[in-house]
Amino acid sequence: MPMISDGLIVVAKSDCPTCTLLEPVYRELAASAAPVAFYSQDDPAFPESIDEVLDDRALEQSYRLAIETVPTLIRMEGGQEVARTVGWDQRDWRDLTGMGRLGEGLPEFRPGCGSMSVEPGMTETLAIRFGDVDIAARRIEIGPLEDELEACFERGWSDGLPVVPPTEIRLVRMLEGTTRSPDEIIGNVPPNLVPCSVEKVAINAVLAGCKPEYLPVVLAAVEAALIPEFCMHGMLCTTHFVGPMVIVNGPVAKAIGMNSGGNALGQGNRANATIGRALQLVIRNVGGGVPGGIDRATLGNPGKYSYCFAEDETDPHWAPLSVERGAAPGSSAVTLYGGEGLLGSFDQLSRTPESLTRSLALSLRAIGHPKKAGAHDALVILSPEHFRTYRQAGWSKAQTLDAFEEALRIPGSELIRGAGGIAEGVPEHLAGETLSKFRPGGLNLVRAGGIAGMMSAIVGGWAATGERGSEMVTKEIGT
Amino acid sequence: MKEATVLLDPTAETTPAKRERVAPPASLDGKTIALLDIGKARGDVFLDQLEEGMVSRGFKVKRYAKPTNTKVAPLAVAQAIATECDVVVEALSD
Repeated sequence: MPMISDGLIVVAKSDCPTCTLLEPVYRELAASAAPVAFYSQDDPAFPESIDEVLDDRALEQSYRLAIETVPTLIRMEGGQEVARTVGWDQRDWRDLTGMGRLGEGLPEFRPGCGSMSVEPGMTETLAIRFGDVDIAARRIEIGPLEDELEACFERGWSDGLPVVPPTEIRLVRMLEGTTRSPDEIIGNVPPNLVPCSVEKVAINAVLAGCKPEYLPVVLAAVEAALIPEFCMHGMLCTTHFVGPMVIVNGPVAKAIGMNSGGNALGQGNRANATIGRALQLVIRNVGGGVPGGIDRATLGNPGKYSYCFAEDETDPHWAPLSVERGAAPGSSAVTLYGGEGLLGSFDQLSRTPESLTRSLALSLRAIGHPKKAGAHDALVILSPEHFRTYRQAGWSKAQTLDAFEEALRIPGSELIRGAGGIAEGVPEHLAGETLSKFRPGGLNLVRAGGIAGMMSAIVGGWAATGERGSEMVTKEIGT
Repeated sequence: MKEATVLLDPTAETTPAKRERVAPPASLDGKTIALLDIGKARGDVFLDQLEEGMVSRGFKVKRYAKPTNTKVAPLAVAQAIATECDVVVEALSD
């Protein structure tokens, strides 16, 4: 706390032209009857005219007094601050000190400099140093010779790639990305159904390599994964390939620099790479979903490291996926889909939506198995050049989905067990039926990708969909 | 030397902060036992007797050696023990 309860406090630093300009002022203050506490942030020998400069190189008083600019002059009465001025404003300093001729001959006004206590990164450091940060997570001290990254691996916190060591300072900075309270419980994370706080998500976001501004997206993604209809527990336990795919819509995607263009599903974009990874790390570390444990995937898929991208919303002709699913236009939202690895569908010759739909439908028939119907969902990620075909023909998204439904109605005789000399297939009694490849709502369209390339991606879903498995879920992103 | 680093636990904190040793097997039946000579004088004599006793009881034993007792085992030796054996006995002798 300040060394003085009645009188004046001056905080300054020698590396500030305005602070040094005021040497005559300090001399006048020292010669006056008023009690003055003078704190120097960088040099206890500054200013020369003060005999007992208080050394604040640790910046504790600057931090506690919330100094943003030097010099700062504060008037204290009865232990309470009653007035302050920053920089040099002759009238303010005279009013505050009651010394009507203070700084005679000096310019009337000079702006101050930034306080060392608010240099980038310093505020969080000081908050931790002086005990103003309440962290609930267990602190684990590692030895001075222990490599921090290796320590994280050895404790099982990693998905196999190096993680960012979750230090206190990194957590404090991460939490600045959200307005939510660190102790808010956002839900129970499967498989162990562990109550998960905002702070725990933030620690895992640090591990994943997120920037603080990604945290609201990560929080929304975790909350979406906890929606019962998404069935995260089952998706984790299954032998199937699937993992949670995160599709981001709305202004936040552009604000945090997500990639919806070239290589949107590939490597190279920090937000895409780390948001999906943070979700997986929450499930691993908080929920306890570890491969070989509850995660029983036969092969898994590379997207289980991170499977996250933004939708291309540059053309308003089709509503964004989130809006189609009920989110307010202009809002930001995440949509989670249980996706396996992607299948490329390469068509360079179709120039009509009818041809392109039939063409993509051929690839879609392979999802799950070409002789299965009604089991798996699918997501088509249309590239700009394929979307253009629908756009130029004036097709709406609903019209396009209807065309896919029509193109994916398959005679049961082609699909029954034994047909084509293949044991796999639908039950024999369906031989006379016409079957839809996908259940109602089981096929979804989203847009992404680079401007060149007449190819789209198809991402198959889990074998368990709808009420008996996973539904696509959407959650609006908060702050 | 740098100060110790404090990391924040990202897990559910249901296990002790201090990592536990791997529990020893309840039985050595069917297990392959590595005998590691760390390079100290007469360690081989101790391990010879240990091997003789173990083999006479029907255990499968494999012998390994460090080139010198002054350094940790070479990676190849550590990997061989980890992949070929279930438990290891290190001979510490003088």
